[in-house]
Amino acid sequence: MNKHPQKKRPQTREIKTPTYKPVKSDVRPNTVAGGGFIDKANAYRDLHAHALFSSLGRLVAEPFSSIMTIAVLAIAISLASGFYLVLVNAQQLTGNLEASTQISLFLKEEVSDNRAAKLLETIKSNPKVQQATLINREQGLEEFKTYSGFGSAVDSLKSNPLPIVIEVSPKNSLTNKDDLEALQHEFQQNEGVELAQLDMLWLERLQSIIALGGQAVSLLNLMLGLAVLLITANTIRLELHSRREEVIIAKLMGATHAFIRRPFLYAGAWMGFISGVAAWFIVTVLMLALRSSVEHLSRLYGGDFHLLFFSFGQTLQLIAIAIGLGVLGAWGVLIYQLQRTKPE
Amino acid sequence: MLKFDNVSKRYQETGEVLRDVSFHLRRGELAFLTGHSGAGKSTLLKLIAVMERCNKGSIFLDGENLSHAKEKHIPYLRRKMGFIYQDYKLLQDRTVFDNVALPLVIAGFGHQEVGRKVRAVLDKVGLTGKEKKFPLALSGGEQQRVGIARAVVNKPPIIIADEPTGNLDPDLSAEIMRLFENYQQVGVTVLIASHDISLISKMNHRVLKLDHGQLVTR
Repeated sequence: MNKHPQKKRPQTREIKTPTYKPVKSDVRPNTVAGGGFIDKANAYRDLHAHALFSSLGRLVAEPFSSIMTIAVLAIAISLASGFYLVLVNAQQLTGNLEASTQISLFLKEEVSDNRAAKLLETIKSNPKVQQATLINREQGLEEFKTYSGFGSAVDSLKSNPLPIVIEVSPKNSLTNKDDLEALQHEFQQNEGVELAQLDMLWLERLQSIIALGGQAVSLLNLMLGLAVLLITANTIRLELHSRREEVIIAKLMGATHAFIRRPFLYAGAWMGFISGVAAWFIVTVLMLALRSSVEHLSRLYGGDFHLLFFSFGQTLQLIAIAIGLGVLGAWGVLIYQLQRTKPE
Repeated sequence: MLKFDNVSKRYQETGEVLRDVSFHLRRGELAFLTGHSGAGKSTLLKLIAVMERCNKGSIFLDGENLSHAKEKHIPYLRRKMGFIYQDYKLLQDRTVFDNVALPLVIAGFGHQEVGRKVRAVLDKVGLTGKEKKFPLALSGGEQQRVGIARAVVNKPPIIIADEPTGNLDPDLSAEIMRLFENYQQVGVTVLIASHDISLISKMNHRVLKLDHGQLVTR
């Protein structure tokens, strides 16, 4: 076991004519630990395990500054992931609306209930139509009273000013805007129809607002990611500074940069992990607080909108990104600083 | 083992610190490096540790040219040297055991082997039973013995000591020197930078004397 490589050489060996010799050839075998592959692999695993736990230990040893840093990271990450979640929910909202594209046919005032019923039948027989419902004047008035908030004002009217309306839902396959417009145009030609209105313009507007929101969220998240990167980098820089002596001693004992970097990279990973988990909690708690109001609002619009929380996969993704940013921030500062931390 | 071949080192700010220094330490040789302060002792040691590169000449350690060593090979070269410092350079927040184990951990030994080797070397330097203590709880002489244990634990072929007895009283210094002689006798090359003339003259060893960057005795 205890065979030292040096002992194998004859004691009398000398360098006669020192000529330049590439260093690479002779260096490694003599200066790394002996033993079999398994031993080395175990030692390597021990090193990683030690770096993993000692870096956590260091975070715990200075709870105040660790908590401060992690809180800042967690807030930044929760802002980013919160924006993302709002965006996902908004997209879900337009998805629901898209499926409910409707063409409202406002009939002319002189059209009687009978004629309206006949018109409904012809519309229903149109192959492009999924469903059509007739809302007569009284129903329209009731609905208006309930949802508009002008109930008492409507009561004071002598006659019902509302026209008969036929709500047409086109076939689901009809998602193309041009096709929908063609259908709208077809209804508009009908002589009983005053106005055929395709409820699409506002949907388009909403969609473009959400697309803009998406871009804004991407940019914001980029900035927040950068902030997380810089915060970790600065924390690791301070840590490196306070352990400068140790780094220099390790360098003099023949530590490679990889060896010195390892505990700091794990520290970055821990900060990322802990703040990622904390951010998940912050966002989830905020969403829970908002849920009842959102669902109340959704009920008012008669929609079946359910607030989306992080899925399991998204949670993993969130934590993985947080860890990645932590490691990356640490890595960047280490590459730069370790070159400069030279033994004096 | 260690060979300097017309080595010169010049700093931008202070000019030439070492001029045409040549010497050859053989395996198992113990030598003192002396000279007034500013004579270039610490620069010479820095060149051996590859903390600095020389401007002219070559330095060979165990047949390898240090002056041409690539940056990524330097750690492996340093594992062949055991450094000892005047201020011990121990990690105050680690136990004696952990301090001495550091070079072995760096070299990638498994923890059983680390434990065995560390206990063996602590026994040799007379620090048995102190492995769980922290450096500050030890006397200066004991701390320096921890430093020596750390330097020799990975059995480097050469030990380089920079004023190892600078902070110690004469009795302790003599004790530390005897420790170095023990290592020399088992074939380790030892280079000790010191200006403790009385101590050096008491010991019958080779003396390399630097004067204004030039070697005056070899």
